[in-house]
Amino acid sequence: MANVQAAQPKDAAAMFLGGYARMHLIREFETAIHRLFLAGEVHGTTHLGAGQEAVAAGVCMALRPDDYVAGTYRGHGHALAKGTPPEPLVAEMLGRATGVCGGRAGSMNVVDVEHGLIGCYGIVGGSIAATVGAAMSAKRQGGVAVAFFGDGAVNQAYFHECLNMAKVLLLPAVFVCENNFYGEFTPMGSVTAGGDIAGRARAYDMPSAVLDGNDLWAVHEAVSEAVERARSGGGPTLLECQTYRHYGHSKSDPAPYRPKEEVERWLARDPLKLARTRLLEEGVTEERIEQTEAEVSALIEHAVAAALAAPYPDPDQLAATEYRR
Amino acid sequence: MSALEFRDAIRDALAEELERDPAVIFFGEDVAAPGGVFKVTTELFERFGPERVFDTPISELALAGAAYGAAATGLRPVIEVMFGDFMGLTMDSLVNQAAKLWYVSAEQRSAPLVVRSAVGAGGRFGAMHSQTHGTWFQGVPGLKIAFPSSPAEAKALLKGAIRDDNPVLFLEHKRLYSVKGPPPEREVIALGEAAIARAGDDLTIVSIGKGVPDALAAAEELAGEGISAEVVDLRTLRPLDLQTVLASVARTNRVLADRRLGLRATRVGRRAGAARPGRRLDRRHRRDADPLQPDARGRLRSRRRRHRRERARSRRRRGRVAEPRTNAAACYYWRSPAVQSGLRLRS
Repeated sequence: MANVQAAQPKDAAAMFLGGYARMHLIREFETAIHRLFLAGEVHGTTHLGAGQEAVAAGVCMALRPDDYVAGTYRGHGHALAKGTPPEPLVAEMLGRATGVCGGRAGSMNVVDVEHGLIGCYGIVGGSIAATVGAAMSAKRQGGVAVAFFGDGAVNQAYFHECLNMAKVLLLPAVFVCENNFYGEFTPMGSVTAGGDIAGRARAYDMPSAVLDGNDLWAVHEAVSEAVERARSGGGPTLLECQTYRHYGHSKSDPAPYRPKEEVERWLARDPLKLARTRLLEEGVTEERIEQTEAEVSALIEHAVAAALAAPYPDPDQLAATEYRR
Repeated sequence: MSALEFRDAIRDALAEELERDPAVIFFGEDVAAPGGVFKVTTELFERFGPERVFDTPISELALAGAAYGAAATGLRPVIEVMFGDFMGLTMDSLVNQAAKLWYVSAEQRSAPLVVRSAVGAGGRFGAMHSQTHGTWFQGVPGLKIAFPSSPAEAKALLKGAIRDDNPVLFLEHKRLYSVKGPPPEREVIALGEAAIARAGDDLTIVSIGKGVPDALAAAEELAGEGISAEVVDLRTLRPLDLQTVLASVARTNRVLADRRLGLRATRVGRRAGAARPGRRLDRRHRRDADPLQPDARGRLRSRRRRHRRERARSRRRRGRVAEPRTNAAACYYWRSPAVQSGLRLRS
């Protein structure tokens, strides 16, 4: 027993190093997509989640591979954290045939069934609804379904209808609100009555918490508890993870509406910096961290090169797939 | 063989599918313990228990979203959205999530779900409880829309819908629930097959759902006047079995489309009249056979069309063309651009 306890901190550090690697992967991925967007390789628009990595990584660290996750249109991180490899994901962003959805989903609507990502939804709140249904399946399988959604979604009917239904049916769901304080271009506080997102769960007699969404450890701990409750039949939980997006809402938005001091304050609390510092404190060596970072960077570099070399889908293949036969 | 009531046909189909496939679940408002407001789903809750058959809050967005999420993760949910009029609330999950999953995911997964609703007027339920929502969804690729016309069809078509791997809207006309009829001859009707409900030679009446018994009654009346009408029961609004319709119209050269259901036909009377000398319809009848004439007029007014028509007429007069292109009689189209493009394929 003593041995197990002694081993725990080391294992925990290794686990959080893995979490940090995921965060770094998401950051590098978003940076690459930003660069590719400016080069005209990403068609349409894209919503980058840099700055919010600790939420996706912390949540998915607490999940099993067969648990379900529903993401948002800012969902690259959700996919990467749940296990989608970067190569088919970059290819998807570029609309290539080798993309995880053959180039049909693009940036906003990625589905990766193999890794339990049931979808990313372009309509605010869609992930919450999908999660209620996925939790019905998960309940049979002893699994859990997690919804990622933003602060904007808490004013959608989906939020209220689905939290109520999930609680009434005691579904194994975890509702993870990535509160980045802006619904598109509008400050959360000015359109959210009461301003207290987690507090809304009280109306549904649902456990909830406000978390530092930039703290990988805090997110992981709270989600682990919620997942444990869900698996053991205790029903759903609402977690409000307070975080910040480093880019604007989408690629057409330079975010001039955000006060400079606010941006600087959050940049100083960059989740990657926080996690790196904490890992060093926990005894992970600088060398080990650098090695991890280099591995991730190489992975992304390779993924981008492969995606750029991949063909576009054959338009003739697209028309015949309206129905599954 | 004892007669089957429409509502029992629905319930039996649900019970048999719940029995056959453990992935099938059924939920909605007042459907489990209360047995449904139209008493369609009685005894299912008692028989299959709260894990398979359950009541939900009055939350149509959540209902449809839950159906999608469950279908996307391996279950085969059947939900009831009590009245078709409430379907506006379900559209995001059905249109953006369920209908697109198969395509957007590059065929990783489809969403095999069924949404049952009571539709149609005649129950004195007023403006917000009497609509038929089929046409609202007719332009949504990836969705299927089924609308049975008889108890036998209801049972076999619902089984077909539940076994279909795509999202299906299943419309049940309120005025059919108490209708009795023979049990089905086939266990399952696959979606997308129209049926000839009555054979005839002079006119094709195209309808679906409750419109089919209405059309059969009309055909019976016409028979008394010496007109032999064929009735095509579409069974599904989407996909649309245009082959069956066109094959019928190719024989009868006249089509009457049930406009109440969003069906439209135009130019048909005129062409058919030209095509069958001696059976020429007079102007008034042409208009009747052409319920959308005001809409069509704009197109008909187009100079090119008029020119083409006159040229064809003069050619016919000169005897250079023995028969006009009678297939044009089958210019039967829908509001849906997808179906219109289907028609364009026909020459």
